[in-house]
Amino acid sequence: MATLAKPTRDQPSATQVWDWLSQVPDPEIPVISLVDLGIIRDVAWDGDTLVVTVTPTYSGCPATGVINLDIERALRDHGVDKLRLERKLSPPWTTDWVSAAGREKLAAYGIAPPVDDTAADGRLVARARRLASGSNLAIACPRCGATHTEKVSQFGSTPCKASYRCLSCLEPFDYFKCI
Amino acid sequence: MAAAEIAVDRATLFEFLTRMGDNTLILGHRVSEWCGHAPVLEEDIALANTALDLIGQTHFWLGLAGEVEGKGRSADALAFLRDASGFRNALLVERPNGDFGQTLMRQFLFDAWHHVMLTALTGSSDPRVAEIAAKALKEVSYHLERSGDLIVRLGDGTAESHARMQRALDDMWSYVGELFIADETDRAIAGAGIAPDPASLRPQWEAIVGEVLHEATLKVPTTTYVHKGGRRGIHTEHLGYILADMQFLQRAYPGATW
Repeated sequence: MATLAKPTRDQPSATQVWDWLSQVPDPEIPVISLVDLGIIRDVAWDGDTLVVTVTPTYSGCPATGVINLDIERALRDHGVDKLRLERKLSPPWTTDWVSAAGREKLAAYGIAPPVDDTAADGRLVARARRLASGSNLAIACPRCGATHTEKVSQFGSTPCKASYRCLSCLEPFDYFKCI
Repeated sequence: MAAAEIAVDRATLFEFLTRMGDNTLILGHRVSEWCGHAPVLEEDIALANTALDLIGQTHFWLGLAGEVEGKGRSADALAFLRDASGFRNALLVERPNGDFGQTLMRQFLFDAWHHVMLTALTGSSDPRVAEIAAKALKEVSYHLERSGDLIVRLGDGTAESHARMQRALDDMWSYVGELFIADETDRAIAGAGIAPDPASLRPQWEAIVGEVLHEATLKVPTTTYVHKGGRRGIHTEHLGYILADMQFLQRAYPGATW
């Protein structure tokens, strides 16, 4: 872990770097930023090198390489020339880290945002029973808002999404599934 | 240096990590063979996503294996430049895809093992193993939900789907036992608290599998014969064909990138 050294005069502050990173779009869902997605875990100076710690969303997410390049490009454009990206696996990324602003942007873009407490735990039947006893199972259609929807597949156009269909307006839509 | 490397030698830890990574690599490759061929679009996407998760997990396991080995081999070098006898995956994951029912049954039997194994590994004495397990477990949880759900739907489906699922179960059953047999490596790894004794996972695995098969109206086979060898590098002929396909590019054009 990089130690948080005092920024020198020409080193931008961590807050400034966070602000720059909040302008870098996710390559697959460009409507939200990498900060909204919750994958930037730390920003700190290690001497004269800026260390950005990133966690992957899914183990095999093909966007990971592009995300690292985008971070590097954005920070170099802001004049940061000594930069190191570190991968951090633990704690593993969870959709709980998708920011409130990110959830609103997803919904406005037509992707239903994650509904907390609906993550898979391996036992479909047991989970359905548990969820039926109180938690919110209904995924609202991002187009018409109806909660009369059905899951078509727990997989979708990217690893982070599931495919749903609205039974009210009949539109298919993506659900940003909970993990 | 991590505590685990003091408790077991590098070669033993490397062996364990390649067993984990080769299982996910070979199954990931097998499942990816379905891409564009699945019976319905949703299943095509599900299979491709599952394969992607498994190959992503492979990157972590084999990456760590290369690091532990200390000879400068990357995850890619381990995946593309070892011969069949260097692979440590269980025979189950190299079984041919067969029909959709056989692919699905192989996936379910593996997912159930993978889920209980990873759950145990989240408490590993080696923090690097524990963090990969915690990451992978989130993905394997929905793999198991999907495969278990489909086993029930097809097992308790039409006469045709039921017969195919029962045949798939009968075919795959004797390849499962290998996952639960301990050898010297497993005993050393378990002794160091890095992973559980494989046999200790069997009751939990049986509970999951038994419940799903019962709901799917499928009969648990009575055979006790166990095909084994993959975990020590003795494979069926099928692995060679997988490697010929998977490794061709790096073998023919060493170091090729795109």
